[in-house]
Amino acid sequence: MDKSADEASVGISSLVDDWSSDKQTFDMPWGKLMMWLFLLSDTFIFSVFLTAYMSVRMTTTADWPPTSEVFALVIAGQHVPLLLIAIMTFILITSSGTMAMAVNFAYQGKPQRAAKLMLLTALLGASFVGMQAFEWNKLIFDEGIRPWGNPYGAEQFGASFFLITGFHGMHVSVGVIYLAIIANRLRKGFYDGKGYHIVEITGLYWHFVDLVWVFIFAFFYLW
Amino acid sequence: MSDDSVQQHPISVYLKIWLLLFVLSTFSYMVDFYQVQGYLRWTLIIIFMFLKAGLIISIFMHLAWERLALIYTILLPPLAILLLIAAMASEADYINFGRLLFFSQ
Repeated sequence: MDKSADEASVGISSLVDDWSSDKQTFDMPWGKLMMWLFLLSDTFIFSVFLTAYMSVRMTTTADWPPTSEVFALVIAGQHVPLLLIAIMTFILITSSGTMAMAVNFAYQGKPQRAAKLMLLTALLGASFVGMQAFEWNKLIFDEGIRPWGNPYGAEQFGASFFLITGFHGMHVSVGVIYLAIIANRLRKGFYDGKGYHIVEITGLYWHFVDLVWVFIFAFFYLW
Repeated sequence: MSDDSVQQHPISVYLKIWLLLFVLSTFSYMVDFYQVQGYLRWTLIIIFMFLKAGLIISIFMHLAWERLALIYTILLPPLAILLLIAAMASEADYINFGRLLFFSQ
């Protein structure tokens, strides 16, 4: 690839150069581009779910259940709204931070430290899923929330909740497995000499899961 | 593939963004905790959400340092979702109106 031509262009002219030259358009590892395209398609899936949730919430004439109270925890006799959800949010952000540092260490040529940070990320992800299981458990068995109805108000609440958080939880679970596999290979030296782009690619997936949670937190829990 | 495809930035950048995300999450939690209502609530939720999303995409996912060819490929298609949201909001509003008119006692 002609590197001197590459460096000459910035901004819009770089866009034109990348698409018009007789060369590979995206100057990056194949796997990284494919991960980005997968995440783009995943963006559409989650957007459609959230738009569907918006639609049913707007169409229903019944009151929407008060999420602040439905998701409250009672701690020492005190009603704390959304506490578990807030903790889950902080855990996911922290896991994104450890993931970003793993990518950094991998590119510094420190695969062992990167692998440890990836495992820590996976552990935080697993605890997120655990808390979600606890939350589902509480909602299903203690509060009697079902996909077809609930004691608090609009029936569509349960269907939206289980679909959206369920699909996100599945993404987190898959991410934990993915992280564990890549971290283990990294630890064993599988990628030594091949470059550590795989850590960044795994990181892209993990940050995306965190990103989706930002939208779910805002639209489903806070709105 | 050129060498600059390797993303290398000081750790301190990530720690700062991490802290910022913590603060922003706390702010959005506070919106609920202090029961801010109405348009102020929705505005605050949206602002904090977009700030967090922007930080994650641009810094953690390194999109800010990628070439424009990738940035446009990733950011332009989701704009179509705005059209879907507008269409569905208009339709949902109409259905809600119909239900109120014909199905309420």
